[in-house]
Amino acid sequence: MSDSLDTAAKPIKKPKRVLPERFKSYKGVWVFIEHEHGHVHPVSWELLGKGRELADKLGVELAGVLLGGMGEAVRELAAEVGAYGADLCYLARHPVLEDYRNQPYTTGLTELVDTYQPEILLLGATTQGRDLAGSVATTLLTGLTADCTGLDIDPSDRSLLSSRPTFGGSLMCTIVNLATRPQMATVRPRVMTMPARRPDRPLRVVEHGLQLDESAVVTKVLDFVPDVRADKPQLPFADFIVAGGRGLAKPENFTLVTRLASTIGAEVGASRPAVHAGWADVERQVGQSGKTVRPKLYIAAGISGAVQHRVGMEGADVIAGINPDPRAPIFDFANYALIGSAAELLPALERAFARRLAEARARRAQAAEETV
Amino acid sequence: MHIAVCIKQVPDSAQIRVHPVTNTIMRQGVPTIVNPYDLFALEEALRIKDRTGARITVLTMGPAQAEEALRKCLSLGADEAILITDKVFSGADTLATSYVLAAALKTLDARTPIDLIFTGKQTIDGDTAQVGPGIAIRLGCQLLTYVSKICELEPTARHIVVERRAEGGVQVLKSALPAVVTMLEGSNELRFADMPGMFRAARQEVQRWNRDSIGVELAQVGLKGSPTVVAQVFGPRPKAVKALRIDGETPDAIAEAFVDKLFADHPHLEDAMLEHLELLGQQGVKP
Repeated sequence: MSDSLDTAAKPIKKPKRVLPERFKSYKGVWVFIEHEHGHVHPVSWELLGKGRELADKLGVELAGVLLGGMGEAVRELAAEVGAYGADLCYLARHPVLEDYRNQPYTTGLTELVDTYQPEILLLGATTQGRDLAGSVATTLLTGLTADCTGLDIDPSDRSLLSSRPTFGGSLMCTIVNLATRPQMATVRPRVMTMPARRPDRPLRVVEHGLQLDESAVVTKVLDFVPDVRADKPQLPFADFIVAGGRGLAKPENFTLVTRLASTIGAEVGASRPAVHAGWADVERQVGQSGKTVRPKLYIAAGISGAVQHRVGMEGADVIAGINPDPRAPIFDFANYALIGSAAELLPALERAFARRLAEARARRAQAAEETV
Repeated sequence: MHIAVCIKQVPDSAQIRVHPVTNTIMRQGVPTIVNPYDLFALEEALRIKDRTGARITVLTMGPAQAEEALRKCLSLGADEAILITDKVFSGADTLATSYVLAAALKTLDARTPIDLIFTGKQTIDGDTAQVGPGIAIRLGCQLLTYVSKICELEPTARHIVVERRAEGGVQVLKSALPAVVTMLEGSNELRFADMPGMFRAARQEVQRWNRDSIGVELAQVGLKGSPTVVAQVFGPRPKAVKALRIDGETPDAIAEAFVDKLFADHPHLEDAMLEHLELLGQQGVKP
């Protein structure tokens, strides 16, 4: 994420609050490692990348926290925690923790926090991470900031600065938690960059025995029905995205977005107003209340570029905006400005890309023939 | 059976103004609605009422004008509405909010025991999804978040089976009452209020509860009870490098100029796009 949304020009005005003595010994940055059915959610690795940066600024250790069942698979995941940058891994295995359930995971993570006392605890803003973060923060009576788009350390008092959109996504704010520990935050997938995997990094594993009892856990998992991958748009990992917004004016015009997308092999995205108007499925929504994406190319058609949308797509390598208003906020952070009506420019782009790609294909075919 | 539904009144549009000095939301003039996710929760409660004759109480914490949102819920079929309102509750973060809501729910439960608590998966203004889990922890209830379907509900055997949206799939969970259920969008289709419902809602009394009605500790409510504090509010800054404006006489001329410039500036994009299209072709996806 570019730093234009990380900090403000104005100095931070902190309220006067004192950290109670009992929290002063809390040290270290923790990342909750989320996994389901043997797969770690990539957001956990992304958070280890950011966590490394925060830990280095604080001069403390970075730890991954892994809770799971008794199988060897969980122990193998622990090794990966080191590869993505952690100094140590707190590992708590128990048959009760085989599947994610709120109650035993809350008990387990709360006990680990109380025992090892980290100053910062980060979780992914996924269905699991948000379910757990809210419960753990309430149990510990500590502050939790949801869906942060930026995290930093204030060197003057070592506190965590959590930035996120506010007021319906029209502005950004920085939130601090000065009087309780740990300082908790959730971050959505694809907001932070994925760190490089280095399998040779040393890692200490601290195994922690939890006293849990299945008969005390009220909620039981009856079944798990995995998603069929193909019928869900894979927006967060798409390399090319064409997205449409309210500027398309008519539902029929949204098909122009779909057509350009299929010409260039892109996924279709949409702004919040376009989804609310019923032009696109909620799964395709990009922005603070939708998905965060990091494509190689993002074409925004008829999207004004409000903060709430911007935080979801600013990580794109190249952004092209299409808008009739040259002063639209999208042009404050786009790489290319196409001034005009999306309804006219989308079909023109379809033709231009089709021609250009056909030429490139022909060039490639010819080159291949020449080498033969 | 008694169902409590926790709702929030939220600003309708993204056109919210911020007071330049105090950095607080200027609520005047911004149209408000019931948080759309909470309406899915209310509808689910109404469906249970249709089947079983359950009693529904809607609650919200907010300013006096939040009464309007409660009346909307009454017009749709809720039986009773409680506005939890007090000057000392303002400025609350999610921890302080869940404290007040849980205290109100305890007060309500003492009067008429609650079997189920519904709320939306999150609000559209705060987007935190933290208050539901907070309420469940404070009440010692089971927590079922991101529920897309209630498969079974047995008030006498006191159990509930739900489908929950998990990462990469759907969890089918069996739990016990009382439980806090946060509903996913699109899980049902909201009914419209009928005329008798609207008349009833207009006449009905909305109860007002304050700090004394629910017996809260002042140190745990409002700004004082909130560990998280907003330290600054700021608008996004433009990037240092301005967007390159692509000019042309016609849409086609602009499009041609853009595609040429894009691939000239980023030659790897052309290769990546061709390779990706080839891959899609192999998977049988029509380009």
